[in-house]
Amino acid sequence: MADQHPELVLQRTPLNALHRALGAKMVPFAGYDMPVQYPDGILREHLHTREAAGLFDVSHMGQLRIRGADAAKRLEALVPGDLQALAPGRMRYTMLTNEDAGILDDLMVTRFDDHLVVVVNASCKEADTAHIAKRLGAAVEPLQDRALIALQGPKAAAALAPLAPDAGRMAFMSGAYMRVAGIDAFVTRSGYTGEDGYEVSVPADAVEALARKLLAQPGVKPIGLGARDSLRLEAGLCLYGHDIDHTTTPIEANLVWTISRRRRAEGGFPGAAIVQRQLKDGPARLRIGIQPEGRAPAREGTALADAGGAPVGRITSGGFGPSVNGPVAMGYVARASAATGTKLQAMVRGKPLPARVAALPFVPHRYHKST
Amino acid sequence: MADRKFSKDHEWIEVDGAVGTIGITDYAQGQLGDVVFVELPEPGRKLAKGDAAAVVESVKAASEVYTPVSGEVTAGNQAIVDDPAKVNAEAEGGAWFFKVKLADPGELGGLMDRTAYDAFLKTLA
Repeated sequence: MADQHPELVLQRTPLNALHRALGAKMVPFAGYDMPVQYPDGILREHLHTREAAGLFDVSHMGQLRIRGADAAKRLEALVPGDLQALAPGRMRYTMLTNEDAGILDDLMVTRFDDHLVVVVNASCKEADTAHIAKRLGAAVEPLQDRALIALQGPKAAAALAPLAPDAGRMAFMSGAYMRVAGIDAFVTRSGYTGEDGYEVSVPADAVEALARKLLAQPGVKPIGLGARDSLRLEAGLCLYGHDIDHTTTPIEANLVWTISRRRRAEGGFPGAAIVQRQLKDGPARLRIGIQPEGRAPAREGTALADAGGAPVGRITSGGFGPSVNGPVAMGYVARASAATGTKLQAMVRGKPLPARVAALPFVPHRYHKST
Repeated sequence: MADRKFSKDHEWIEVDGAVGTIGITDYAQGQLGDVVFVELPEPGRKLAKGDAAAVVESVKAASEVYTPVSGEVTAGNQAIVDDPAKVNAEAEGGAWFFKVKLADPGELGGLMDRTAYDAFLKTLA
């Protein structure tokens, strides 16, 4: 009974009724009732996003504001990302780490003169907020009354332009406050698909009207969590709780690129000594792309062996890549087996299937380049 | 089609003489979503009723296809291996999975006819 297990009651985003009206198949995800797919299905939704534009409800994710002119410097005590190097209006991908250099969550941070805007994973948002507030105190403010939608794909800019003329001039990985269809919005040019696109934060009570306006633009279709997962996997992007978690370090996760030279040298974030040691000596294991040779998908949890059959790791995300038109996966292997092209065996249903280490991403990123 | 039977695992079987043709139902393919991979049992493999005989994978997940009857596999449908999307398009038609030489035709008695299966589906809604 729901009332005896309040923790099982799913939360709803402000777009719940729209998802249902659009015929979505709803599933529980991170405590929310979310659309996994619409009637088109994951395959078509995925391909549509790469060809045109997809609209995603990501209102379940956590949005935070951290006030203060010194917020970038102060938050650096919790993340390895170089926030002080960000010009106002620019954003960065980084992660909260623990004292073992394990990843507590990954997040996007946009810097402004007197505050930061932070977007974190739905399943971590309460813990993240408490964790950040413990260090930064009352400067941390959860933005609970706001929805978040992502518009992704090569036609995203053309679809947003009639509603927000200034959005087209934005550089990738930048954020700005602007009106979108007359609604006060916070817009970033960013995403989780490997394509150009935007994430748009608006008041919860205004999001359905905005979503309907975007869906009325040419080339825009609603896309569920199923295609969001296959798009990000092809793009080589980590899913928290699967490809990264509190047991993996940013170095093991092959996220070295997120840590600037200054932060590598200075440290000053939880687990810095471990990160510095792994940078110097190399980590024992690395996150890599895995391309199974046949048609059979190799999914999360699949054990990986080297060509001789010795265990070397396991898959943390795997499935079928619609744009690749074949199976794709990522996972962790011992460093000796991590070079691109290394032959591996994926143990699928008790049988070793040939696979090899593949360069990430599987599908080249097509982010907007500033002119 | 009068002798087509259905299992609670959403397989169908149609018997012609001593050989049953087995596939998954339209309901099953709808639940799976876009099918991207199929693995079939080798001809000659001996199956017991309820064995996991084939694998069908959608973008999202892998599922097993259980044989509703015991017997020896006589053929697999290469067309769905070459083009797994056929399973979505014609699950209860040309997209059969494999054929089995029945070991015990009496096992068919434990399966549902179309009317009973349709009623069973209504209980799942």
